[in-house]
Amino acid sequence: MNRPAPRFAPGTRVRVHERFPPGHVRTPWYCRGKIGEVERICGRFRNPEQLAYGNREATREVLYRVGFASTSLWPDYGGSERDRVEIEIYEHWLEPVPGDPA
Amino acid sequence: MNEPAGGHPHAHDHGSYDVDPTHRHPPQPDLEDTPLARHQLMQMAVTSLLIEKGIFSGDDMRAQVERMDGLNPGIGARLVARAWTDEGFRQRLLADSRAAAAELGIDTGPIPILVMENTPETHNLVVCTLCSCYPKFLLGVPPDWYKSRNYRRRAVREPRKVLAEFGTELGPDVAIRVHDSTADMRYMILPARPAGTEGMSEAELARLVTRDSLIGVTVPRAG
Repeated sequence: MNRPAPRFAPGTRVRVHERFPPGHVRTPWYCRGKIGEVERICGRFRNPEQLAYGNREATREVLYRVGFASTSLWPDYGGSERDRVEIEIYEHWLEPVPGDPA
Repeated sequence: MNEPAGGHPHAHDHGSYDVDPTHRHPPQPDLEDTPLARHQLMQMAVTSLLIEKGIFSGDDMRAQVERMDGLNPGIGARLVARAWTDEGFRQRLLADSRAAAAELGIDTGPIPILVMENTPETHNLVVCTLCSCYPKFLLGVPPDWYKSRNYRRRAVREPRKVLAEFGTELGPDVAIRVHDSTADMRYMILPARPAGTEGMSEAELARLVTRDSLIGVTVPRAG
């Protein structure tokens, strides 16, 4: 099978798309539009946005764990600057950070 | 029969509680007293059909429910106790929990479980903000609070306050990693081995590892 390599390597900065499509989406609202860093590549898993509607042919997408500084998610965050939230996000929800080297 | 202090004269036995005999509670509804939801009906219908068509037997179904109900945090605790006493196992558990658990005859189930290790610098906490994803094969069914909106929204928003409510105070120099279980991974915490447990056997250590410490809202204590 010829599948494209994962688009983002661990350590790469990524931005979560700021989109609000209807339907079953597993990208939490609180991280949309935020910038994080790829912690690891989890593998390829069937797209839940298709699976949720009974599509057995759902495509397999690269799933990442992306880490965000908690202070970047919540402007009034009360804890340490080193606190993080790590979230599983599919590749089609991620884009390069504008201005970062490709 | 213990007569309550300052007791009043009465003929019936109600142990040591000073209860008003005229006080009545409404009866607690039995399972059958609440209407069946659509999905409960659907599940019953599909189960009947699958059994009728011989896809599986009623006993297969019963045995599977029994097996799922029997899963419990003691399974995760065994993995932690082994990791505390066997450095090679600890590394294998962190790298590939499925393979490491298989060494102890433990099945981690169809969904990959990532084991996250607490260190002096970092404390880990698990939540599923979208629903209630949980490492059932190692911990059994999740507690009700894990599924509550209160926990789900606050674990990512103000984890230090949430931890404090569970009695866990972290120093300002300890960073928190909150793992939001949003998709195809599940998470179990490998807590730090408490001080003062040097002479303990693996079985004794496993008893210190509670469900809540495997979710990350508490840390195990020596006794």
